[in-house]
Amino acid sequence: MTQPTHTDGNAAAGAFATALGFDVTTAMLTCAKCGRIGAFAQSHVYHRAPGIVVRCPNCEAVLARLVQTPTDVWLDLRGSQSWRFPVADR
Amino acid sequence: MSVVNKGFHGRRTETVVELPPGQHLTTDFPVLQTGPTPHIDVERWRLTIRDEHGAVHKWTWAQFNELPSRPITVDIHCVTKWSKLNTRWRGVSLDTVLESVGTAAEFALVRCYGGYTTNIPVRDLRGERAWIVYEYDGMPLSAIHGGPARLLVPHLYFWKSAKWVRSIELRADDDPGFWESLGYHNYGDPWREQRYVGD
Amino acid sequence: MDIASKPRLHWQVAQVLDVRPETASASTLGLAVPGWAGHLAGQHIDLKLTAEDGYSAQRSYSLSKPPDGERIELTIQQIPDGEVSPYLTGLTAGDEIELRGPIGGWFVWRPGEATRVLLVGGGSGIVPLMAMLRQRTAAGAARFRLVYSVRSPADVYYGQELDRLERECDWLQVVRVFTRTGPPHTARPPGRIESSDLSSPGWGPADGVSTYVCGPTGFVESVTTLLIKQGHQPSAIRTERFGPSTESRNEDR
Repeated sequence: MTQPTHTDGNAAAGAFATALGFDVTTAMLTCAKCGRIGAFAQSHVYHRAPGIVVRCPNCEAVLARLVQTPTDVWLDLRGSQSWRFPVADR
Repeated sequence: MSVVNKGFHGRRTETVVELPPGQHLTTDFPVLQTGPTPHIDVERWRLTIRDEHGAVHKWTWAQFNELPSRPITVDIHCVTKWSKLNTRWRGVSLDTVLESVGTAAEFALVRCYGGYTTNIPVRDLRGERAWIVYEYDGMPLSAIHGGPARLLVPHLYFWKSAKWVRSIELRADDDPGFWESLGYHNYGDPWREQRYVGD
Repeated sequence: MDIASKPRLHWQVAQVLDVRPETASASTLGLAVPGWAGHLAGQHIDLKLTAEDGYSAQRSYSLSKPPDGERIELTIQQIPDGEVSPYLTGLTAGDEIELRGPIGGWFVWRPGEATRVLLVGGGSGIVPLMAMLRQRTAAGAARFRLVYSVRSPADVYYGQELDRLERECDWLQVVRVFTRTGPPHTARPPGRIESSDLSSPGWGPADGVSTYVCGPTGFVESVTTLLIKQGHQPSAIRTERFGPSTESRNEDR
C-alpha cells in the first residue's frame, strides 16, 4: 500500500487563523462536489506545495486553497458550498 | 522583527554557480503536490492535444514512446526557493509533439491527471525549451515525481512543469492555471524573480 | 474585515529555557513565551526558523503540557537528515525562536468534557495526548484509557511518568503496543495495532467514549477504520494526522 501523502486541517489551522483572525478547525464544511459535511480539521491537507490545498476526505475535491505571498493572503473557498461555525468558539 | 537562527541553514549547500535571485541550492529532490498521487495505468494513459479549432490529437503510451526522444540535462527552480542543478531526464520535445498538430494558437492550458492545471504561452513550449519526460536519472519516472509522464519547462518556475500531464489545450486566449489564479505570477521567469502577481 | 490589522494569531519570539532528552533521539524543549495567554490540551504551535540569508522553514509541534504561565514544552523527534529537527534538538538555554500559537480548536480536551476518554497515539502522536493526560491530573473527572503504539521500548516518550500515573491514578489505564520489538516476556507479540488492542470492557461503542487519535497519517487512518468497524461513531472520534512519515510529525523533509 502506498503511504498517504496528506495531513489534515489541523496542519493548516495556523495559516488560516493568521489570515482570518480566528480558529477554523471546528468549522463544518459542505463539499460542493459530493455534499459531505465535516470539520475543517478532518479535511485532507496538502501543504508541501506553493500553497495550502484543503480537500474533501470523501471525494478529494478541493474545498479551499490558501496562498501566502510577502504582501497578501489569497483564499479560494469555492469548492466548499458553505462554512458553518459554532459562534461560542470564536 | 524576525529572529535569525544562527547556524540554521536547512538542507542547502554552498554554491559558486549563479542561481536565480532568491534561490537556494538543494541536493535532494523535494516532492511537492496539491493532491493525492495519481497512479496511472499506462494501458489507459493518453496524451491529448486539442487545438484552437477543436481538433483532437491523441497518443497512447505505446505511440508516445515511439516518438523521437532525447536525454535532457537541465537546472530546475521551484518557486518555494529550492533549485536543483543538472537534473537528468529523457523525453519528447514539444516541438515534436506540436509538429503533428499545426497550430497558430498563442496560449496553452496544460491539464493533468488529478486535476492540476497550468498555463504557458505556446512560444515557450517551442524551440527545444519544453519536453514531456518519462525518465528521470535513467529510470522510469516515479509516480511521486510525476510519472508516467510530466511536462518539463525548466526556463520557468517548476510549478509550470506539471506532473501527470494529460492534455494540452491550445487557445487563442489565456486561462490562468491552478496557482496562477491564486496569487502566483502568470508567466513565472525565475531570472526576473516573477513569483507572484505583480512581480 | 481588515486583514492588515494585527490578527490575534501572530509570530512572536520565544526563548529556550531548557532542553532535556526523552529518548536517545527525542528531546523536550522548555520555552518562555512572553505574554502567553494559556492554551488547551491538544493544541499546537507553529515554529519558524530563519537562516542568515533569509531562507526560512516552518514546522508544527504539539504542546506537551497544559498551561504553566509563560512556559510551554514541546517534544521533538530528531529525524536523521531532517531539515529542522536536528537544529531544534541542538538548541540551548537562551536561544531565541519564532513561533505562533496556540492553534486549533478541534483536537482539544477540556476538563469537564466527557466521562470516558480513549486516547490512541502512534509514535510522536503521544505528545498532544500527554498534554491531555497531564491536564486531567490537574482538573476533570473523566476516566482515561491510553493506547500508545511505538516501535520499541526505547522509543517510548514519558515512560516513567506514564508508569507513575498509572500506579497513582485509578482513572487511568495505559496499554503499550510495540510494533517492531517488544520487551521480553510480554503476552502480545510485536506487531501493528489491531482491533483487539483497541477494545476493552467498558470502552465500547455503547459506553459513551470520546476518542482522540494522533500520529502519522497512515496510523490514524487505520486506527479510525478499526474503531468504526467496532461500531464507534465517527462523530465521537477526533483525529490529528502528522503527515506521511512513519517517523514523526511533519516528516521534516
